[in-house]
Amino acid sequence: MPKRDDIKHVMVIGSGPIVIGQACEFDYSGTQACQVLRAEGIRVSLVNSNPATIMTDPEFADATYVEPITGEFVELVIARERPDAILPTLGGQTALNTAIALHESGVLEKYGVELIGANVEAIRKGEDRQLFKDIVAKAGGETPRSRVCHSMDEVRETVAEIGLPVVIRPSFTMGGLGSGMAHTSEDLDRIAGSGLAASPVHEVLIEESVLGWKEYELELMRDKHDNVVVVCSIENIDPMGVHTGDSVTVAPAMTLTDREYQKLRDLGIAVLREVGVDTGGCNIQFAINPDDGRMIVIEMNPRVSRSSALASKATGFPIAKIAAKLAIGYTLDEIPNDITLKTPAAFEPALDYVVVKIPRFAFEKFPGADKELTTTMKSVGEAMSLGRNFAEALNKAMRSMETKAAGFWTAPTFTDVDEALEALRIPHDGRLYTVEAALRLGATVEQVHQASGRIDPWFLDEIQALVDLRAEILASPVLDAELLRRAKRSGLSDKQLAALRPELAGEDGVRVLRHRLGIRPVYKTVDTCAAEFQANTPYHYSSYDEETEVAPSDRPKVLILGSGPNRIGQGIEFDYSCVHAVQALRAVDFETVMVNCNPETVSTDYDTADRLYFEPLTFEDVLEVFHAEDSSGKAAGGPGVIGVIVQLGGQTPLGLANRLKAAGLPIVGTSPESIDLAEDRGLFGTLLAENGLRSPDHGTATSFGEAKAIADSIGYPVLVRPSYVLGGRGMEIVYDEPTLRGYIERATEISPDHPVLVDRFLDDAIEIDVDALCDATGEVYLGGVMEHIEEAGIHSGDSACSLPPINLAAPHIAEVRRYTEALARGIGVRGLMNVQYALKDEALYVLEANPRASRTVPFVSKATAVPLAKAAARIMLGATIAELRAEGMLLPSGDGGATPPGAPIAIKEAVLPFKRFRTLAGNNVDSLLSPEMKSTGEVMGIDAGFGQAFAKSQAAAYGSLPTSGKVFVSVANRDKRSMIFPVKRLADLGFTIVTTSGTGEVLRRYGIECEIVPKHYEDPSKKNAVELILAGEIALIINTPQGSGASARLDGYEIRSAAVTADVPSITTVPGAAAAVMGIEALRAGDMTVRPLQELHKLLRGDLA
Amino acid sequence: MTSKAILVLEDGRTFHGSAYGAVGETFGEAVFTTGMTGYQETLTDPSFHRQVVVQTAPQIGNTGVNGEDDESDRIWVAGYVVRDPARRPSNWRSTGDLGDRLAAEGVVGISGVDTRALTRHLRERGAMRAGISSLDLDPKELQQRVLAQPQMLGADLSAQVTTGDRYTVKAEGEHRYTVAALDLGIKRNVSRRLAARGVTTHIFPASSSIEDLLAVSPDAVFFSPGPGDPATADGPVALAREVMRRRVPLFGICFGSQILGRALGFGTYKLGYGHRGINQPVFDKTTGKVEVTSHNHGFAVDAPIGERIDTEFGGVEVSHVCLNDNVVEGLRGLEVPAFTVQYHPEAAAGPHDADYLFDRFVDLVEKKG
Repeated sequence: MPKRDDIKHVMVIGSGPIVIGQACEFDYSGTQACQVLRAEGIRVSLVNSNPATIMTDPEFADATYVEPITGEFVELVIARERPDAILPTLGGQTALNTAIALHESGVLEKYGVELIGANVEAIRKGEDRQLFKDIVAKAGGETPRSRVCHSMDEVRETVAEIGLPVVIRPSFTMGGLGSGMAHTSEDLDRIAGSGLAASPVHEVLIEESVLGWKEYELELMRDKHDNVVVVCSIENIDPMGVHTGDSVTVAPAMTLTDREYQKLRDLGIAVLREVGVDTGGCNIQFAINPDDGRMIVIEMNPRVSRSSALASKATGFPIAKIAAKLAIGYTLDEIPNDITLKTPAAFEPALDYVVVKIPRFAFEKFPGADKELTTTMKSVGEAMSLGRNFAEALNKAMRSMETKAAGFWTAPTFTDVDEALEALRIPHDGRLYTVEAALRLGATVEQVHQASGRIDPWFLDEIQALVDLRAEILASPVLDAELLRRAKRSGLSDKQLAALRPELAGEDGVRVLRHRLGIRPVYKTVDTCAAEFQANTPYHYSSYDEETEVAPSDRPKVLILGSGPNRIGQGIEFDYSCVHAVQALRAVDFETVMVNCNPETVSTDYDTADRLYFEPLTFEDVLEVFHAEDSSGKAAGGPGVIGVIVQLGGQTPLGLANRLKAAGLPIVGTSPESIDLAEDRGLFGTLLAENGLRSPDHGTATSFGEAKAIADSIGYPVLVRPSYVLGGRGMEIVYDEPTLRGYIERATEISPDHPVLVDRFLDDAIEIDVDALCDATGEVYLGGVMEHIEEAGIHSGDSACSLPPINLAAPHIAEVRRYTEALARGIGVRGLMNVQYALKDEALYVLEANPRASRTVPFVSKATAVPLAKAAARIMLGATIAELRAEGMLLPSGDGGATPPGAPIAIKEAVLPFKRFRTLAGNNVDSLLSPEMKSTGEVMGIDAGFGQAFAKSQAAAYGSLPTSGKVFVSVANRDKRSMIFPVKRLADLGFTIVTTSGTGEVLRRYGIECEIVPKHYEDPSKKNAVELILAGEIALIINTPQGSGASARLDGYEIRSAAVTADVPSITTVPGAAAAVMGIEALRAGDMTVRPLQELHKLLRGDLA
Repeated sequence: MTSKAILVLEDGRTFHGSAYGAVGETFGEAVFTTGMTGYQETLTDPSFHRQVVVQTAPQIGNTGVNGEDDESDRIWVAGYVVRDPARRPSNWRSTGDLGDRLAAEGVVGISGVDTRALTRHLRERGAMRAGISSLDLDPKELQQRVLAQPQMLGADLSAQVTTGDRYTVKAEGEHRYTVAALDLGIKRNVSRRLAARGVTTHIFPASSSIEDLLAVSPDAVFFSPGPGDPATADGPVALAREVMRRRVPLFGICFGSQILGRALGFGTYKLGYGHRGINQPVFDKTTGKVEVTSHNHGFAVDAPIGERIDTEFGGVEVSHVCLNDNVVEGLRGLEVPAFTVQYHPEAAAGPHDADYLFDRFVDLVEKKG
């Protein structure tokens, strides 16, 4: 039964910006879907507001709309495109919710659009708690005792019956947002209260606690003939109580007998059928009582999920791709297995390896946030590893995390067994380190099992085995071949071994010994079938086993190092650049070899590069991959690996550059020496001076005394930060000496090797971001010049920006060009460089220059129609800008420094995760922006005018700007003057201005009518601002903090916190307010339109050609 | 410290590892199975008699062993090859450690082997004889002893695995039908699945005659799975013909399927490396649906797919095929009330997708009655 022939045009909805709980796994799934549909000859139109995705590259769809994923905008796209069908199951909860909204508002019916891959009834059954309970019962399964509640009264009544603790789960939220476990009635009030608010239907489920039960997931697929396969089973090491996205998970399930597994499988299939998922993937979670095996169904997602991406990477079974094919009518038996080519997709993958996934957290970004892991997902990324046994996979995953600890024994931990056991009681990031410490310090597996809320003894014993191995390594007179081999087979890194055997003189010494003994990893293949059939896809992982499967190839190879787990400051944007490098180099016949460990990404799709190594991005692991590829290439008579690209994956690969080069690897692009030059204050300062480039006064300090001396000489405020960071980690604006002292005291890692940089901070400057290319001839190509909307001092990753830079005049751009060219040539950039400037009082200052791909590369590429990362990759392998212009990859003349007249305006806006984090006391963490980056993702709004583009960016990031209602205004004294105009305009547009007495006084003098409300501490008898916000009476908040430094942080916290809770747009800067007013005007004019990127790009390139 | 062991294939390829289970020496046909669960069922499946089983799943023994999951009254595999045995089992039903049980039953195994390399070798060169030794670590000498072992081709093993005496498994609940089952290496779950449908099963020794079977007045006859080369099973083949001649409903599984194939006049042949795993897609030609099934067969029936075949018992068709390689996985009599499948609807281990075949069997009996 071939595909349906009545579907000629499908619209795919993406998942929008990267947020916690919805990350780049949906770029991976959406990209696959677009590719599959187009390969079937179907026209694809796509809506996704996230420019950093591969799926929004114009070549992946026929019409790509980088527009907000809201009912209004998607309807505009439907009206313009008139698709036959919408595929909403590959864009996470965002796409699914949008599709449901369009169905409910009658838009789908109006335009005759069919939902494929899902039906509304099934979605409702999967997501509506009560319906789902009934379905599980009908399928012969059990759910926890529970009740759906719509008010706090109902909640309390239910708990009186079930008893505490209970789990609270709001309906229709993603990533478990707003859910949690209540042990006390205070917990209950707080969590259920915010859960009711977070749920779009004001509904929460109060549920019997299955805390400590074993947790499992199944990934299933069903076709229209009701054929069902289970793609993967996943077991959580963290028992029930920790969100599965925050749990360490293992595939396949490790601690079930066949009987129990088949019971799980039967029930999963029965539930899937009962829910009525038409075609496609779904994910079901189970809990099993470790005492008697009682099994409970927790929930199901009738769509492709984060776990589906993990399962796809873990098994080699591409769930999203198959789901797209099933949606257009194929059946599983008609679809070939990608990897074997000869067998069909109608089967269940068999694994002959173990997969471990570990979440990556970013608590360091949110001081004060409660670090307990709960049923609300808090991790920002994950890394996955494969090994031939659990220990090998676990250790590889632990060193993939890009944290200070790179596996057991590489960082200090507990020294007291009771403290370790006590710490295990609360689930936390790095809990396995605590498990190891407890076992090593003498606790038994049973004690740790109890203390950890019942982590399965099998996993604990595996860690105990590592503890035993450690003791053997410590006790052995020499590290002989037999013991070393056993250590490597258990996944221990050279670095871990070096920590145990100091006489080997570090990691390098261990490696030399290991190589001398001939102990190197082999590379096995992920083939879906445990070697039963021949695999045709070189998707490899390392193992200390006997036989390697790397196929010889005599083509010139290029190794591209990815960016590892997503974290704040290093996310999907870097994966985008890596994928582009692969595409560009494949196109000119290099054999591309991708190394990465992030299962969410497009780069780790085995279809992306010629060869994929799913490996940790550590020096040791990269060196071994290089060796395997280089030596097999040379043995085949080819040149082996001719280039290693470290410039595109962010700080992770860049941090390896020096050592890899020293080890003889051919690093291409900007040399590690040049990278150092840009980071070295002295050398960089000389470069600036020689070229007559201005930079803020600055100095480098390794102690408080030095820092104070510098600050005294250049004057406060100063910007302080550690050297070598990404995402502004640890960066602060310091306004006075006590704060400076505090900062230095907190910066524990300060040393001559890791000094603190102290810069004069330019208040009220315009910040400018530039991405540029430079080739070996020294030609410089400005990719794009972006103007930040917020003033300098807010991390560029958190700041909205506009391209073209709306306020800059031609002389400014010329100055930017002069500076950039001098920097690129002076540093010796071969490829991409990002420079941040500040423009203050008509003078341009260099803030920093990074000779690598930046976070803004995808945004610039989409806003200017020039694939910068592709060009960079080509330049690194020897192409010149002139050649790339001639090829048509770059513009034939001119560059991104000058946009053609009539070019659209693109606005990038950051998306912030404050809603996810609470302090220990249960309050929101502060949402004030600072030099330290906090955003998880970004969106792009693109349109002819600034107002429209800004309005779109806001709609995409936070939901629409209001067009009427009340605006709460409270601004710092220094901002009162500049705020008059935007506020007056809002009043003229009919908004009611609500303000506090201080601001109100000034506004009234200017003749602006306003309602005065007390501050929350002023007059308890009247409704204060915070209460108004929480009551949903305020449509927009303009609140700039009074004072500076720490006092600014406190001022307005209550208001910002309430804004976060009530989901009201909150503007904290003057330029932000001005931009918002223009956006509101555009919205009120009611002439919003949508245009595909393909059309915009034609305009951008056509006008210049 | 465990003692060393080696595994040597008949073509000389050698793998080094550690002794697992009993220390000693053992021989058999090396085959791999890809199931990720169900090692206890696998070990106790009589169809693995005289085979050295390689588990492709690397972590084995995690859930220990229990008193409920055996498919017969002993471990049958001739040898066991794993990569990483569990140090300690964990499961609420576990009553012991797998390594201990292997040792107690004298089953020689080897751990720490690159099972993937071994599997790839067997895939490319076919199942072959192998030896495991933790006594004599000289590969050349072990290879000589491997080469002296009998081949699986031509092996008649039914007599070695069948029950000595007839025994009965009673129907659960109300008794509806009586089935006479010929034990060629039966698994416990077959009679359990029948019992669940109100069937009382009398299990007969492999050498039983038609008169023996008819003595219990069966409503139907069942031919069980089992080890060995079906080409040697002349006795059971003759018995199957007697059953069909009397038009007594007949159902066969695996080895039993090959018996029926031969009784209908088809040949059987040895597959390169067989089907062993619990993830095999089988296409049911009567419904157009795919079922994920448990397989354990090294031989298959040679019958034309997609056409009616005339036999002395009337028309016959291939009812099921494996989607991976188009091997015949089921036969159905169009006139005679007989059908068989080459795979394992009783699962154990494996998915329950094909459980409906027991319903089909009961329906067949019902219609006939």
